[in-house]
Amino acid sequence: MLVKQISVFLENKSGRLAEVTKTLGSNDIDIRALYIADTTEYGILRMIVDQPEQALQALTDSGFTVSSTNVIAIAIEDHPGTLDQALETLSEGSISVDYLYAFVGRSSTDAIVIIRVENPQLALDKLEETGIRVLSCKEVYGT
Amino acid sequence: MIWNPVEKISRSEMEALQLSRLQQTVARVWENVPFYRNKMETLGVRPEHIKSVKDVSLLPLTVKNDLRDNYPYGLFASPQRSIVRFHASSGTTGKPIVVGYTRNDMEVWTDCCARVASAAGIGQDDICQIAFGYGMFTGGFGMHYGIERVGATVVPASSGNSERQLMFMQDFGTTGLVATPSYILHLTEVMKEMGISPDDLKLRVGLFGGEGHTSEMRELIEKRLGIIDTQNYGMTELCGPGVSYECLENSGMHINEDHFLPEIIDPETGEVLPEGAQGELVFTTLTKEGIPMIRYRTKDISQLNYEPCACGRTNVRMSLVRGRSDDMMVIRGVNVFPSQIEAVLMTVCGIGPHYQIIVTTEHFMDRLEIRVELTDGERLESYAGLESLIKEIRQKLRVVLQIDARVTLLNPQTLERTAGKSKRVINKRDKCF
Repeated sequence: MLVKQISVFLENKSGRLAEVTKTLGSNDIDIRALYIADTTEYGILRMIVDQPEQALQALTDSGFTVSSTNVIAIAIEDHPGTLDQALETLSEGSISVDYLYAFVGRSSTDAIVIIRVENPQLALDKLEETGIRVLSCKEVYGT
Repeated sequence: MIWNPVEKISRSEMEALQLSRLQQTVARVWENVPFYRNKMETLGVRPEHIKSVKDVSLLPLTVKNDLRDNYPYGLFASPQRSIVRFHASSGTTGKPIVVGYTRNDMEVWTDCCARVASAAGIGQDDICQIAFGYGMFTGGFGMHYGIERVGATVVPASSGNSERQLMFMQDFGTTGLVATPSYILHLTEVMKEMGISPDDLKLRVGLFGGEGHTSEMRELIEKRLGIIDTQNYGMTELCGPGVSYECLENSGMHINEDHFLPEIIDPETGEVLPEGAQGELVFTTLTKEGIPMIRYRTKDISQLNYEPCACGRTNVRMSLVRGRSDDMMVIRGVNVFPSQIEAVLMTVCGIGPHYQIIVTTEHFMDRLEIRVELTDGERLESYAGLESLIKEIRQKLRVVLQIDARVTLLNPQTLERTAGKSKRVINKRDKCF
């Protein structure tokens, strides 16, 4: 199952990120994970939130340039070598990873890894074949 | 040195020369350029109405857009077989403007530029480096011909590559430099970085043009390099450099008025203003065969002084340009109109219709920044998406403006949207325009 990730354009100006978090907070949207990559000119904020549709709407209404993308969330046990196994699987399937980031979920000690690939459905199938636990939206959003 | 005796003839001799040439020019466009003939007919003016130099004011005014609208050959008064050269510069939007020179136009141009060089004190003992671009731009070629004509040695270095410019200047013993004033100030910064002192150079005189020049810049150039700073003026529409030039008296730019008849008009009403008044400079070419210009509005603000100069020249002088009557900017010697930038931005998908143009100076070099609002969320999927958007905008701007701009993406709804007078251009430079 694929989960929704929200991407927000952040111009390089102080207070921009705070505006995003304020917008989400006032709409009762919970951020589950976030990741910012920046250049000297601008940044892209990527987030997993508990209510992606509402977040998209609220941010658009507040004047942000936003998009939503399907990404894969997998649970991996928190010990050495587990992430490698997942990445090996993708590599063997000639699936290249655009980016990934990890966070610790609420319900277990497993780490949750968010992976963005070109063809998420294909990657999902490969991962499931190898027995890697792919998370549902419910598990990831924590609702 | 006064290169051509025509620079010191009496006012009555000059007016007689101007009148006969004006009559020839008017007859020429009446016969060969339907654009001018139609405009004259609308005003009820015929060539025989031109009985004195002052009658030039009966003729229709011409603007830059007329050149663009008649691109490429509509305003030519000579057939292609008589044209030996094209040059071009940027128009107000999209298409450039193109001008053509007959063999005689090239000869006149060379002579006019020789007067520029000679008035700056350039002669056979000089080695002159030209740091203006060659190519479609008129600056490099025009000054090249004039300087070669006075017998100086030309170093056609063209623009850019400051380290190499300085290497030539040191190794060849360059005494004269043709550049924009901002470029030479930029060179002084590079000199500092490279550990070159003014004493390591034989530079004696600068021939500056292509952009306006404040007295602060002049003082700085003289302080940093201890050279004679002379300005000259011209534009592609009239020939390129060679329209007017400073002598060593530093008291205005002498107009080659045997070839370019000046007037000062009120930019609002188009009325000719009395002698000495400040207003918009208008030129009628008196000898151009390829593409004569009738009362061409330069949009440059200046004033005329008919008093003979202490240098011995009697030709009319124009004050250094004090600004523009339109929104044209001169960036690194290139004419840039906000409308050109707007036209480019309109062709780009993923950004909003609002923009802001910011012009700054960094190490004395102009820097152009364009701010636009990102509206297309799909571009956020990867950095490559955003980078390619920025690259696309820069590339398209480069094609039209021939200069590099920095592009900054902003969030939607962040640029000012005041109706009508939104301030799209923010000029943070110390230059007058």
